[in-house]
Amino acid sequence: MEKILTRNIHKENSQSIDVYEASGGYQALRKAVTQMTPVEVIDEVKKSGLRGRGGAGFPTGLKWSFMPPKGDKPHYLLCNADESEPGTFKDRLLMEKDPHLVLEGCMASAYAMHADACYIYIRGEFVLGAEVLERAVEEAYAKGYAGKNVCGSGWNCDLVIHRGAGAYICGEETALMSSLEGGRGNPRVKPPFPAQSGAWGAPTTINNVETLACVPFILERGADWFKSIGPNEKNTGPKLYCLSGHVKRPGVYEAPMGLPLKELIYDLGGGMLHDDRPLKACIPGGSSVPVLRAEECDTNLDFDSLAALKTGLGSAGIMVMDSSTCMVKSLLRISHFYAHESCGQCTPCREGCGWMERILQRIEDGGGLQQDIDLLKNIADNIEGRTICALGDAAAWPVQSFVTKFRDEFQAHVDAGRCTVQGVA
Amino acid sequence: MYGAEFEKQVDRLVARYPEAKAAMLPVLWEVQKEKGWIDKESEAWVAERLGTSPAAVHGVVTFYTMYKQKPMGRHHIQVCTTLSCMLRGSDELMDHLKGKLGIDEGEVSHDGKFSLVRVECLGSCGTAPMFQLNDDYHEDLTIDAVDKLLDGLE
Repeated sequence: MEKILTRNIHKENSQSIDVYEASGGYQALRKAVTQMTPVEVIDEVKKSGLRGRGGAGFPTGLKWSFMPPKGDKPHYLLCNADESEPGTFKDRLLMEKDPHLVLEGCMASAYAMHADACYIYIRGEFVLGAEVLERAVEEAYAKGYAGKNVCGSGWNCDLVIHRGAGAYICGEETALMSSLEGGRGNPRVKPPFPAQSGAWGAPTTINNVETLACVPFILERGADWFKSIGPNEKNTGPKLYCLSGHVKRPGVYEAPMGLPLKELIYDLGGGMLHDDRPLKACIPGGSSVPVLRAEECDTNLDFDSLAALKTGLGSAGIMVMDSSTCMVKSLLRISHFYAHESCGQCTPCREGCGWMERILQRIEDGGGLQQDIDLLKNIADNIEGRTICALGDAAAWPVQSFVTKFRDEFQAHVDAGRCTVQGVA
Repeated sequence: MYGAEFEKQVDRLVARYPEAKAAMLPVLWEVQKEKGWIDKESEAWVAERLGTSPAAVHGVVTFYTMYKQKPMGRHHIQVCTTLSCMLRGSDELMDHLKGKLGIDEGEVSHDGKFSLVRVECLGSCGTAPMFQLNDDYHEDLTIDAVDKLLDGLE
C-alpha cells in the first residue's frame, strides 16, 4: 500500500516546513479555509467514515457535529497527544518526524469547528516531540498557517503546545481538560459533554493525533478515496499499528484498516522473536483491551472484527507474548499500571485496582489461594461500569480476560506457589 | 523570583491561555528547570502569580509524576517497566542498574550524580527495553550499551 500517514518520516529534514510543503503540505488547509465552509469540511469527514484513533473508535465527523453553532463563547479544539496507553507509540512517531502533518490536521479540523484556539496536549515525557512541535508552530505562524487571518481567509486561530507532566489519566478527554486548565487530572462526569461545556466552560472537541493527521488527506483526496481503504465502510482509512513484545521487528507499521493480525506478526514483524517459542497470547489494542489466546489470533485488526471477539482495536497497540510468558506476572504488571494511574476519585477504581494488584502479587509470590482467582474476577466485575471514566473498565478488562482465558495457568501457579510455565527463568 | 528573564517567560506562558491558572503546568516546568525540583516556596510564588492557593499548586505538584518534590540526581534515570518492556528484559535492566549504581528504586546516589526510578509506559514499546535519562530517551538498550553510556557521564 502507498504510505499515507508515514510518507514523510524517512525524508531528510522531515520536520521542516519546506520539506512538508514540497510534498504538497498545507494545501488541504488552504483548500478548506478558502474554498470550503466549516459544514462542508465536517460533511466530508463524516462521509469518509473516519473513526477516532485514540481508543474509542467514535466516528469523528459525528463528534464534530455535536459542536453548537458559533455564539459568544470561544470554541476550542484539543489535540490529544498524551499517548500513554501501554503498547502505543504511533503518535510520538508522527509528532517527532512529521510535525507539520499534525499541525495541518489540527488547523483544518479547528476550522471545521470554528475554533478560536487549538491546544496540543503532549505528554510530559515526550520532551523531543514537544520541542519539534514548538519549532513547527513557529514556522506555521510565520507562513500564515496559524494565528491571525489563516491563509488569508480572515479566520483567526491560535495554536499552542501544552506539555503534561506525567499522568496516564490525562489522556481521558475530560481529565485532559482539567489538566489543561491547570488542575489535577481528574475526569469529569458527563453530561455535560465537552461540546456543550468543555475547556473553560466553552464548546470543545478533543481528538487524537493520528485522527487529526488523517484529515488533510481526506480533504485533499476526498472521502471516497479514504473510504476505499479498509475492509468495509465502518472501518476505513490508513492505520498505524504499534507492534511490541516477542517479535523480531517491533515498531510502527502503516497498513490499511483491517490488516490481518498474523500478517502483522509474521510478515511485517518478522515473526516470533525466538523460533522455538510459539505465540501464546496477544493484546490487540493497548493493555486496556481483553487479551486474545493464540488460537483467537486469526483475525483482522479493525474495530468490528475485534469487537466480535469481545476485545478492541483500542489504540492499536499490539503486544505479542510467546510461550515463555508467565500470564500471572504479565497481569500483575498490567494491574500495577492501573493501580498507579488511577486518579483516586471513584472508590471502585481507587480501591479495586489496589486490591487486584495486591492479590496478584500474593499469587506471584507463592501465597495465593485458589479462591483468589474468582475474587479477582469479582473485583473486576464490580469496577467495570461503576466509575466516572473508562479507566475503571480498562483496569477490569485485562483481569477478567486473563483469569478466564488462562485459568489453568493461574490455578497451577497457586498450587505450585510459583510460575509453572516452561522456559521461564 | 529567579530573575527578570524567568518572570518574563512566565508572562509569555500566561498569555497563551484564557485564564492565568491554565499556565500552572508550564510554569511549574519553568520552576523545575531553574531549581531542579519544586519546593514549598516556589509553590507559594506560583499560587500568588496565577491567582490560586498554595494548596491547589501542591495538589498539582503531587498529582503528576514528573514534578520532583525533592532534589534528585544530576543524571535522573527513569526505567520503563510496563508490559512490553518487561517482555523485552526491563527487569534485568533494572537489576543491573541497581547493582551498578548501588542504589535502590527511588534513591539518589551519595554523590548526587545518579537517581533511579521505575516509571510506567513511556511510549517506546517498539524499542524496548529503554529508559529516559533526564530529557532523553535511550532505546533498544543492552547491558553493554548502558555501561558505556553511564560510564561516559561526568
